[in-house]
Amino acid sequence: MEHIVIIGNGISGVTAARHIRKLSDNKITIISAESDYFFSRTALMYVYMGHMKFEHTQPYEDWFWKKNRIELLKGFVESINYREKRLHLKGAPDVEYDKLIIATGSKSNKFGWPGQDLEGVQGLYSKQDLENLENYAPNNKICKRAVIVGGGLIGIELAEMLRSREIPVTFLVRESSFWNVVLPSGESNLINEHILEHHIDLRLSTNLVEIITDENGRAKAVTTDKGETIECNFVGLTAGVSPNIDFLRESGIELSRGVKVNRLLETNIKDIYAIGDCAEQHEAIGSRRPIEAVWYTGRMMGETVAQTICGRETEYKPGHWFNSAKFLDLEYQTYGWVFSEQIKKDYEKHFHWRHSKEKICITIAYHADTNEFLGINTFGIRMRHEIFNRWLTERRQLDYVMEYLKDANFDPEFYAQYESEIVERFNSELGMHIELKRKSWKRIFKTA
Amino acid sequence: MKAIKNIGLILFLIGLGIFTSLTFLGKFQVDQNILDQVISEKGIKSEVFIKELQNNLVGKEFSGMLSFSTKIVTALKMANAQHRKNKEYKKVTYINPNDMAAYIGKKSGSGFIANNKGLMWFLTFGLGILGSLMFIIPNVVLLGKKGIKNDGIYLENATNRGWIAWLVFIFLVSFYLILYFRSEYAVNWTYLVDPISEGISGNPAGHWFVYGFMYCVVMTVMAIRMYIKYRHNMYQMVRTTSVLFFQIIFAFLIPEIMVRLQMPYYDFKNAFPLDYDFFFSWNLKELLASGGIGLFILVWGIVLTLIIVPVMVYFFGKRWYCSWVCGCGGLAETLGDPYRQHSSKSLFSWKVERWLVHGVLVFAVTMTLMTLYSFFSESSTVLGIKTQSVQNTYSLLIGAFFAGVIGTGFYPIFGNRVWCRFGCPLAAYLGFVQRFKSRFRITTNGGQCISCGNCSTYCEQGIDVRAYAQKGENIVRSSCVGCGICSAVCPRGVLKLENGPLKGRINPTQVLLGNTVDLMELMNKK
Repeated sequence: MEHIVIIGNGISGVTAARHIRKLSDNKITIISAESDYFFSRTALMYVYMGHMKFEHTQPYEDWFWKKNRIELLKGFVESINYREKRLHLKGAPDVEYDKLIIATGSKSNKFGWPGQDLEGVQGLYSKQDLENLENYAPNNKICKRAVIVGGGLIGIELAEMLRSREIPVTFLVRESSFWNVVLPSGESNLINEHILEHHIDLRLSTNLVEIITDENGRAKAVTTDKGETIECNFVGLTAGVSPNIDFLRESGIELSRGVKVNRLLETNIKDIYAIGDCAEQHEAIGSRRPIEAVWYTGRMMGETVAQTICGRETEYKPGHWFNSAKFLDLEYQTYGWVFSEQIKKDYEKHFHWRHSKEKICITIAYHADTNEFLGINTFGIRMRHEIFNRWLTERRQLDYVMEYLKDANFDPEFYAQYESEIVERFNSELGMHIELKRKSWKRIFKTA
Repeated sequence: MKAIKNIGLILFLIGLGIFTSLTFLGKFQVDQNILDQVISEKGIKSEVFIKELQNNLVGKEFSGMLSFSTKIVTALKMANAQHRKNKEYKKVTYINPNDMAAYIGKKSGSGFIANNKGLMWFLTFGLGILGSLMFIIPNVVLLGKKGIKNDGIYLENATNRGWIAWLVFIFLVSFYLILYFRSEYAVNWTYLVDPISEGISGNPAGHWFVYGFMYCVVMTVMAIRMYIKYRHNMYQMVRTTSVLFFQIIFAFLIPEIMVRLQMPYYDFKNAFPLDYDFFFSWNLKELLASGGIGLFILVWGIVLTLIIVPVMVYFFGKRWYCSWVCGCGGLAETLGDPYRQHSSKSLFSWKVERWLVHGVLVFAVTMTLMTLYSFFSESSTVLGIKTQSVQNTYSLLIGAFFAGVIGTGFYPIFGNRVWCRFGCPLAAYLGFVQRFKSRFRITTNGGQCISCGNCSTYCEQGIDVRAYAQKGENIVRSSCVGCGICSAVCPRGVLKLENGPLKGRINPTQVLLGNTVDLMELMNKK
């Protein structure tokens, strides 16, 4: 029986622990300084907004860990001695391990802005961030205005959170359109409009210059590169995240931006693995980034590393890319690859459809020469993961996807259906004659 | 807008205050004429009771129900005790003393309330409706863009088990206690709706008519709230319309109209064993004595439970009944919606639920078998146990306490489906069909779940939806009533209620969609 120690109780570490328990009788210890129990980081926003209590973000009841013999240790790992296979904890006895998994996730990026460490300036990542936010921006009396810096997923979530308590929000976005590094312009524009509908003061192509302090060391205003000074009581820094690996600097483990791992998720040191947000592949897998800070990939790495640790060497081989998010009221899903104009290759062509009134749109990417379906983005329409996963595996043609689009719809019953409108537009735009097939349970639930 | 809301709230509270105070107010006067009516209509043979009423009641004016009903209740108890002691069983009055007080009270109300029914209706129901609509309708604007609007639910006193929630709890529990056990205090309420009752059935209103009317009013007002809150969600719109329709037409209007047409009072959608007294001998006798329509109801009731209900559950899941048709479900989905997050999701609660709800089903079926045996064999006992006392126990514990007092009274604290989840025998029966033989499931969308917990938090049936969704597994649970809120609140489009083939409906998974195909195959086929 080996002692498997996991640093970090997020989705990656916990998934690894669960799967190791399924596969083996090893002793498992999870160490975290952030929280007593695993919680869903993505749900922190709902606690502030009053949709849930913090306890609701915990996917497992407290008895779960004991029942599954997963030991939880609250503590902060200061350093690793891999020669002695020991972890030094802050103010606590050392922990010895046989195998170690580093799953310490991310931390919010700070790019050396003047004033970035003032009180009332923070990112939104950890449980402590949520607690601080509750301190500095509990309502619109104490926080008369908030400024958010960085137009990504966390930035817009933070804006939504603050707006739920009617706190005025100014949103500084470096790009000329929200998230247009990732999203095609039609979609990016849709979100710009939606942000304004929510009475968020969106400032595109605007950068933070400095955060100004009051006499107590608290943020009182920011200045932008447009020469403006914006008074505020809270500054949210949401310009992305990077691996949370500072404690490993002297450890001898090979680091770059993240912990360098091979496809088996092994680091350069024997018996030490890294998974989730903090892991960095030597070479990017397919069109993926070397560091993938996404819930799903963290979980997949957890599932995978458990196999290797339990004696069945398994490479991390993620399947077709998928992701989802919610921008205020807009649900977004993506399957396969749809790249923005900024980064897409020449062969990637897009078909874009947007509803005339509602905030609903789709973008389908296909190969200009072969007509192969490459991916789809949807806003306001839910799609069936299994169908698109199947079509991507089968390398279906664009017209096939359009023809059977109804099979892929995952919206609740009685929702308005837009497939015929979409296909009609598609036909007229591309000079095609696709006839939409009726939805078929038989095809949908076909098991391969 | 906020001002309109506040004025609405004040109006509502005034209406509610007047409504509540009516339990203690009012003038009651019994004259000889009323007393004679009571004696002949109820066939009272106790000279002791009559004499007591004559001395203490007739010709006097009572202010408030308390002093009035005390006289009647003590007189009746005293008279009955005396007759029993003297073994004069024929003189004993077999009517519950409180019901007797309500019955006499209804005849003898006089003064402002009884004489100004229309005005009093406006000051109670009218203000209540007007106020709550003023409170609710501004949300069309205030809620902003359409989408999920759960902001602040856990920050507000009323929806987070604060003192307001406890006040509502106390109010609801008291209301149901009056309704079931002290109906004399509801007499003034019946005056308010007399004109409506007379308009529909031709009879003056009893306290159950008050309840039925109020039920429809509350559901309608709160359905408007649902329409506004979920205006982006067609499933909720259609479903809310459906429960409202079945409540007003089937549960309220049709039975009352049938009474006017000299037919038995019957709610065509109320299926046994929820309708637990369907096979009670008094009901069977009444149905058999009502000619063609009685026979039709008898056959319909049996077909409904044995064929229609399970067949529909096979095709659509138990939601077709529990969240589309049923009256209990209807109230839970409208009045109860603000409290849905309070149902416990713990494994312990699930264990309690399974024992309780199936226990009640066994109780209901056993009682009914005894009832039928007694009915056909014409013996009042089965294996030495009195059928009547089993029926009484069920009516009291399950019918009154569980379904009424606990079922609705506990909304603000334990969520809006306490009865449906822990007590309803029909739900237990439908649950078996749904779990083992139904096309219904909540499909989990591949690997898209982020374990946020919105689905579990807002599941009124206390199902830990996330536990399945985060494993990529469909939700196939006997208790799911298919309200569709888990799907609505999911920020990532993971859940969809649908009816599909039985094959692959239950799909336990180890590794979720999106990971390497090899690993998925290896782990999921184990």
